[in-house]
Amino acid sequence: MALLGSFSLLFALALSLYAFGAGAFALARKGDNYERLGETARRAGIAAWAAVTVATLTLVVATFRNDFSVAYILHHSNIALPWPYKVAALWSGQEGSLLFWSFLLATYGLILRLRYKTDTRLFAYAGTIMAAVQVFFLMLVNFAAPPFALTQGQIPPDGNGLNPLLQYAEMVIHPPMLYLGYVGFTVPFAFGLAALIMKYPGEKWIHITRRWTMVTWGFLTVGIFLGAHWAYKVLGWGGYWGWDPVENASLMPWLTGTAFLHSVMMQEKRGMLKMWNMWLVFSTFLLAIFGTFLTRSGVVSSVHAFAQSSIGTWFIGFIALTVATCVFFFVRNRGHLKSEHKLESLVSRESSFLFNNLILLVACFTVLWGTLFPVLSEAVQGTKVTVGPPFFNRVNVPVALMLLLLTALGPLLAWRKTSIESLKRNFLFPALCSIGAVIFLLLSPRSWGGPFGMRPWQDLSYFYALMTIALSVLVAATVTSEFVRGGRVIARHTGSNLVAAMVQLTRRNTRRYGGYIVHFGVILIMIGFAGAAFNQDIEREMGNGDQMSIGPYTLTCKSWTQDDNPNYSSTWAIIDVTKNGQPLATMYPEKRQYKASDQPQSMVANRSTLKEDLYIVFSGMNEDTGRPIIKAHLNPLVAWIWIGIIVVIAGTGIALVPNTAPARIIAPVRVEQAAEQPVGAAR
Amino acid sequence: MKQSPVAGRQLRKFGSLIALCIALVLFMGAGDSLEQRFNTVGHKLMCKCGCNQVLLECNHVGCTYSERMRNELTAGLQRGDNDDLILEAFVQKYGPTVLAAPTTTGFNRLAWIMPFAALGGGILLTITIVRAWKHRPAFPAVAAPANVSSAALDSLRHRVHEETEL
Repeated sequence: MALLGSFSLLFALALSLYAFGAGAFALARKGDNYERLGETARRAGIAAWAAVTVATLTLVVATFRNDFSVAYILHHSNIALPWPYKVAALWSGQEGSLLFWSFLLATYGLILRLRYKTDTRLFAYAGTIMAAVQVFFLMLVNFAAPPFALTQGQIPPDGNGLNPLLQYAEMVIHPPMLYLGYVGFTVPFAFGLAALIMKYPGEKWIHITRRWTMVTWGFLTVGIFLGAHWAYKVLGWGGYWGWDPVENASLMPWLTGTAFLHSVMMQEKRGMLKMWNMWLVFSTFLLAIFGTFLTRSGVVSSVHAFAQSSIGTWFIGFIALTVATCVFFFVRNRGHLKSEHKLESLVSRESSFLFNNLILLVACFTVLWGTLFPVLSEAVQGTKVTVGPPFFNRVNVPVALMLLLLTALGPLLAWRKTSIESLKRNFLFPALCSIGAVIFLLLSPRSWGGPFGMRPWQDLSYFYALMTIALSVLVAATVTSEFVRGGRVIARHTGSNLVAAMVQLTRRNTRRYGGYIVHFGVILIMIGFAGAAFNQDIEREMGNGDQMSIGPYTLTCKSWTQDDNPNYSSTWAIIDVTKNGQPLATMYPEKRQYKASDQPQSMVANRSTLKEDLYIVFSGMNEDTGRPIIKAHLNPLVAWIWIGIIVVIAGTGIALVPNTAPARIIAPVRVEQAAEQPVGAAR
Repeated sequence: MKQSPVAGRQLRKFGSLIALCIALVLFMGAGDSLEQRFNTVGHKLMCKCGCNQVLLECNHVGCTYSERMRNELTAGLQRGDNDDLILEAFVQKYGPTVLAAPTTTGFNRLAWIMPFAALGGGILLTITIVRAWKHRPAFPAVAAPANVSSAALDSLRHRVHEETEL
């Protein structure tokens, strides 16, 4: 099997080299013969996908067959491993995950090459660039980190098993989602660079890549939040985001990708920010690669980085080559990227997009700066420093608040110019809602818990939480008023009710209103984040009948017990929970000890409501007394984060749906030629 | 296009309000009860067991560091040491990486300055760019032809929809 996998990878490399070389040569020449050569390059790219797929399936099948002659399978699987995790073993280690990356890249390339008739020449350029990226990743899996390397010496009867932290349902989908996001940004990058190289006229390449970018961004979003949810449920420290370098690595391309999704509208609608958008596409791709470099090179220490290896130098070389290529073609062809319109006012939709991009890029820079500062400090001062959550929270929270403010203001601004009077008129209702929310939070009884009865002057985090909720209400009111205003216009013309009119409005301009739904999801997430300011926790050793209280909850340890299966042994506590004296639930926090890897793993017991999560962790056993140590967290508003992400994904899905044709409504206008007008429609 | 004086005043007022809020945030201090201080200082320290977690969030089974470090923190607070003294004692014992964030002295100050410098510089740059764009010469106006074809009207209508989203 190892032989089949290795040969498939070598064959895929040869095919990708051909797709790149022949593709580039054909594009540099003109004539029928070269067009035929270009077609062979396209087909070689498709064949490369088949070869990579064979290699990927070979590794999966070998895992299911417990073929421990392959070192990768020996180190990342074992006989008793449940089958979904045998699939997940594919991306749980350095070599396998790079193979998986190559497979996804080849699949994106396949889709691109099959759709080449959309614009043969542009797709030929993009396909050649994709082939170049594919060559790099295939070189890695062929020479630097081969997944089919054989086990040295005698083959053990069983493998080392999968890291227990990865033996969790979400881990079967979190990495693929993240990789689909990372790898997917290669497509807009390839089209952007292709458009720059060939001085592609107009904004068609942006129209072509818009859905690619949104889908990719959606995958990355899902991947990031599945990771956060996994951390919350598995790591057992009561949080979901630790500003770990690997988490930061996923956040950076997400931030620049988000900036691109916004600023690209200026290019589509006004022919502006062409250079800026080109560099946003380049930066997003480079940050995805850079994040992978951080994860795999060992350059920064992280709780979930891959093992250190020499692979970092390959990535540095690739990043340097990519930057040089981008700079070269940008300098050569930048004249092609001149803006078609001028910006007319500081108070306009255009400038709100500019500021939105600025804030997102500052957030990205802050994350990058904080991630790399320990390395910089060691180089300059000779001593490493830690840049952990206190730094990132302190610096990024004000930036996030500014972004929320802009999210509220943006939809109220018109393209080109907005009068202050119009802004005031549109802003009044959202501002009143926001002020009302602040007053409510300040005056509500503290006994309600969480953010109620807030005292923002007592602690900076309370102040931030209050501002976050106030601005979130502002955004929600803005979004709602946009829907209501547009819905009323349609309801007036069609005679339908307001809700039906708002649905129709959304269907007519899915991108705009889908985007607003995404904004709505974002504020739910932000409200969830704000709840962290009111987290409480308590830890205690609990014998039979012992009690501890947290917030309105009282926890009573009923007993604890043990179990055993081929994969792991486990100990869990049985905790009776009452709320304000009333029986509520029985919870079972668990600690597992995995046999193959001899590693422990927490299985958190979590009772989640919209108001708060009661999160109980079996911390361990006191060896002296033989009694369990239980830690309980009371985390307000966490459920809003997970609801918010569902709304974000729903909004992204709506934005991807094509617009319905606008209704033709006979409008009572004086000019005869303009009698039939589409209402409320925009592309 | 020139902004009206009223609009300018409104913008300045809005800017002052934002500045006031930022100042409020920057000068706001934390509470100083013993429990709050334990929580505040404990979140400024990293556990040294190698887990890369903040001291108060380390949850490793049988962690040989976190409990000892928490006890040292409690002892420091009960002695009446101020936060800086406690943090300094931890640095002396465990090295500079025990601090969860860079200090605000020497080279480390740069860690804190750069993000805000980037933000401030970015805002200034954006305003400058917007102003420069505003003062660019307008694109030459094209005289409207007397008889506009239906196709041309459609194209103009399409552009209006694109630019205004109405």
